Formats: sequence, C-alpha cells, structure tokens
Amino acid sequence: MSAPSVDPTARARDLLGVSRLTNAALTSWLHGLPGVDQVGCEGRAAGLGTRSIKTTSKAWAIDTAISMIDLTTLEGADTKGKVRGLAAKSLHPDPTDPSTPSPAAVCVYGDMVATAREALGDAPINVAAVATAFPSGRASMPVKLADTRDAIAAGADEIDMVIDRGAFLSGDYLGVFREIAQVSEACVREDGTRARLKVIMETGELVTYDNVRRASWLSMLAGGDFIKTSTGKVSPAATLPVTLIMLEAVRDWRDLTGEMVGVKPAGGIRTSKDAIKFLVTVSEIAGDDWLDPFWFRFGASSLLNDLLLQRQRMRIGAYSGADYVTDDSPSLY
Amino acid sequence: MPTNQRTAADARVDVRKTYKLYIGGKFPRSESGRSYEVLDGRGRFLANASQGSRKDARDAVVAARAAFPKWAGATAYNRGQVLYRVAEVMEGRRAQFVAEVRASEGLTERRAETVVNAAIDRWVWYAGWTDKLAQVLGGLNPVAGPYFDISAPEPTGVVGVLAPQRSSLLGLVSVVAPVIASGNTAVVLTSELRPLPAITLSEALATSDVPGGVVNLITGRTAEVAPWIASHRDVNAIDLAGAAKAEGVVWGDLELAAAENLKRVVRPAGEGTDAVEPDWTRTPDMARMTAFLETKTVWHPKGR
Repeated sequence: MSAPSVDPTARARDLLGVSRLTNAALTSWLHGLPGVDQVGCEGRAAGLGTRSIKTTSKAWAIDTAISMIDLTTLEGADTKGKVRGLAAKSLHPDPTDPSTPSPAAVCVYGDMVATAREALGDAPINVAAVATAFPSGRASMPVKLADTRDAIAAGADEIDMVIDRGAFLSGDYLGVFREIAQVSEACVREDGTRARLKVIMETGELVTYDNVRRASWLSMLAGGDFIKTSTGKVSPAATLPVTLIMLEAVRDWRDLTGEMVGVKPAGGIRTSKDAIKFLVTVSEIAGDDWLDPFWFRFGASSLLNDLLLQRQRMRIGAYSGADYVTDDSPSLY
Repeated sequence: MPTNQRTAADARVDVRKTYKLYIGGKFPRSESGRSYEVLDGRGRFLANASQGSRKDARDAVVAARAAFPKWAGATAYNRGQVLYRVAEVMEGRRAQFVAEVRASEGLTERRAETVVNAAIDRWVWYAGWTDKLAQVLGGLNPVAGPYFDISAPEPTGVVGVLAPQRSSLLGLVSVVAPVIASGNTAVVLTSELRPLPAITLSEALATSDVPGGVVNLITGRTAEVAPWIASHRDVNAIDLAGAAKAEGVVWGDLELAAAENLKRVVRPAGEGTDAVEPDWTRTPDMARMTAFLETKTVWHPKGR
C-alpha cells in the first residue's frame, strides 16, 4: 500500500470542524456519538448467532473463515521452531487436502518477523507483528516507535499496535490520537510503501460499549487501517456484541468519509460455530464488502484446527478427530 | 379453612421426571429437541426419553476425549476407589433400580432384585481389577541383553459402547465397567427400548466422584446414532454388544465403518450375521478389559 493520502490531523480538524485539534474538541465529538443500547446490542448479537448455516453455505463459510485467519503465536515461550511450524501450517493447513485455503497472515512478536518471513518465502501470506510494547502498551513513545520500525525493517507487512488504555480511560483522547498517528507514520517503509496498521483497543479493559464505540472512531480518525478488539491476553476478548459495535463504526465511517477500515476480532474464538456467527454479523451489519480477508480477520490459533476438522467432516462424511490435524499446543518439555 | 387445605393436599401437582442425556458430567436434553416414548414390558407407556442425535454423540466424544488424560492418568488404586463408590451409590438407589428393571424388562419383583444385586456385584468385581491389571497383564520380559524390558497395559482411549438391548442394567454394567476400569473413557449408546436403568446409572455416576466425561450416556435410536460413533475418527475402539437384536442395525456395516481409523472392535456374540446377546449372569472373564488395552514396552539399560 502507498502512503496515506491524507494527514490524519488535518482530516480530523476538517471532520470535527475545528481550527485546532484539542482534547476538548475530540472529547465533545466522541461523547457526541450516540450511546449504545446494551440490551438491544446484546439481543441483536444473540439473534444473529442463531442463524442456521448448512451445506454449501457452511462449506463457503469455513473456507472464507480459514482465509481470514491471522494465525497467531504470542507466547513468551515462542521459539523460531514454533514460528517456522506455524508458517508451514499456514502454507499447507491440511496436507491431506491441497484445496484447503491458506490463512491471511501469520501473527508473531517483532523479533520473530524475519523467521516467519523466511519460512513463508514468496507465498501470498502476510507477516503481522505486534508492536508498541504489546500487550500492555506501557512504554515511552520512542520505545514504541522503535519497536514498530524494528518490525517493519524485519519485513512485517502488518503492524498490530496497542493503544494506551490508561490514557483513553482517563480522557486523554488527544494523547491516544497522537500515539496512533505517530505509529501510523512509523509504518511507512524506506521505499515509501507502508504496512497496514491494526489498532488494538483491548475492549475487555474499556468497561462500556460506549467506550468501544468511541475508541473505534478515535482509532479510525487517527489513521488506523484496522480496528482490532483485543490482545488475547485479557478476558473477555472478542465477543460478538463488541464486534457488532465495531462493524457499525466502520460502516458509518465509510458513509462519512468514503473510506473502508478493516475489523479484526481476536482472542476467544475457538470453534467453527463461533466463526460463522461472526461472518453472519459482518454480512448483516457492515455488509458483504467486508467479507474479504483484506477487510476482516480473525486473530486466532486453535480456531484453524476446528475449521479443518469441520472441513474434513464435510469431505469424508464422518466426524474427524485431533489425530488428523497438527498439534500446535506448546511442548511440555 | 380446613376444607381448602385438604383439597390442596389432595391435588398436589405431580413432579414428573425429565429423562435426559448424560454428557460431560451434565444432564442436557438432546440438541435435536426430540424425545421418544419408552414402554414397559407389556407395552404400556412408561416415560419420555431424550432421542439423542449424531450431534449429541459428537459432543459426547468431545467430552470423553477431554476427560481421558486425567482419568487414564489417575492411579489405578484411585480409579478402584472411585468405581467402588459407584457401587455404594447404586446400593443406595437399589429400590429405584429394581422398579425400573422390573418395568423395563417385564420381570417379577424377585427376579429384578436378583438382577440388580448381580449388577452391583459386577461393578464391584470390575472395581477390584483396576490395580491388578498391570500385575496380571504386564511383566518383566526376558531379553538377550543388559536391559530391563518392561511391558505394561495402557488404556486405548475413547471407547464407543453399544449397550445390550435386552439386559438394561446387568448387561449395561457388564460392558461399561470393564471399559472405564482400565482408564478408558466411554461414549455409551443405551438400550433403545429400555433406557431408564441407564439414565439412573448416570445419576449414580454423577454423584460418586467419577469425573464428568468419563462415562457419557446417550439414549435414542441405535440404528440412527451407532453409525456415527462407529465412523468417528476420534473414537479408538467400539463394543458392538448392543448391535445384537437392534432394529435396523447390521453389525458388519458398523465394523466396516470402524475399520476406517483402525478401531479395536468387540464383535457381538453369536455366529456370523446372527448376533445374539450373551448370558450376562455368567461370571465374566478378562476379555472385555483386555480388548481395550494397549501394551507399552520399555527398554531400560542395566548397569551402574
């Protein structure tokens, strides 16, 4: 992707109708967003989860969900071997069936980017790196920017940054805005191209749905290419109602600016059934334009195996088992 | 007003029991929402039981697989204690078992009591075997080298069990107890026409320290659910005892489906396609336990 055509600060001034972007202006704009009806939102999400998706629709949904996965390993115990294993799995998710699609990306810590890139070769699978002192985000700005540039230099195609939830919750919206905008600038490579930026809001720490909506708009305003629910290190992680609110935000953002922003629920999505519920919600809330790995991702690790088991079940006509997919659980030795 | 009180007492609303499945230590209804009528020995209505589906069987296998490592890893002594506890709880529910066996199989009170006694004794018999299997089946093998060569039995994994159709309690105990005694976990498809004693057994299991998922019971149509258990790739073995005299079931087809992932198969008794239900009152041997065991052999160098 090329460098952003607009300067986020200038665009924010334009959208807010102010001559200078201040915290007060951001606060009144974000707090002017309509509040979320908690009961209505959860009811809507539950209703969307009851749709029955069968046969050919299910087969399509499973393949689409596989192609949307950011296959993730973010453990302190990660090794180069584990990352190479993950890359091999994304190249051939099911060796017994070459028609199985590959996931969209492999998501690792910054120091594993080079290993992942090398293992993936020229395959059209991106390498995503978490940056900015993931998962807590508790580091000074220069450290966060260095973290980002390091991952970019190592060959990351996508950057998953975390926002400073402490600043957000204490009302320092301008601080969060600047943080995102600066990291977005750091995503520009030497040759002028730029890595896509996913902004992790850690919705499990934002307390209310209203805050999720505000954080979504703030992230888009500051130039995020994706808004992402969680690090996966905090529970609750990606719930359906939270994702629904984010999908509403990207839909309304396109109405306002004409630009599309991606959505990535991450953490806690483990079964095919869950994944299909999210796809239904994407289609119903944001629209089918988002049913594409470029605009919607699942941050997951064990989800892939469950999708593969379902895929095998549909192919062989019998229930499959864990002996027929790779075991990704960390070694006990 | 005394008159009203008496009327209220007479008109006490029945607390009827909902017979449910037993999966992962919980008592869910069938995901399909279906139920079917259970009749007694004379064809009169007895109860409505859940009509389990292939998806219930799938959930049961997931629960059994999840429970396997811990149950197989428990010490044999501990498994024996837990299983003996099951017999104790069964003893406490003796009257209920007698009534249900009597109604289901159309037996006399006296005969039903004999059957329940035999079932509880059978459970104790298998409970006693848990810490003796390794002594009887394992051993130190003589080898031509400076090595200890040790063989020890290990459980096979998740075992599908088609419970006998006719003998609803003694037969059931005779096929379930040997499977779990050695550390396997079980997915049991109960007798189609006589499921009530099995449901009560699940209540005994749930209240006697048997971890959830070690035994999972599904009531329903054998011909509908059995093929899905037989073909399930995450099931390691299957006991086809209940394929004998089951409506619409050809046990050869089940064995064929089971071959796909090399399941261990215990065929029903009888010659060829003519499967029969064995006489469960006879004292069992070790066959049903050894059928669901693997042998692990370890070589260890001698010397200092």
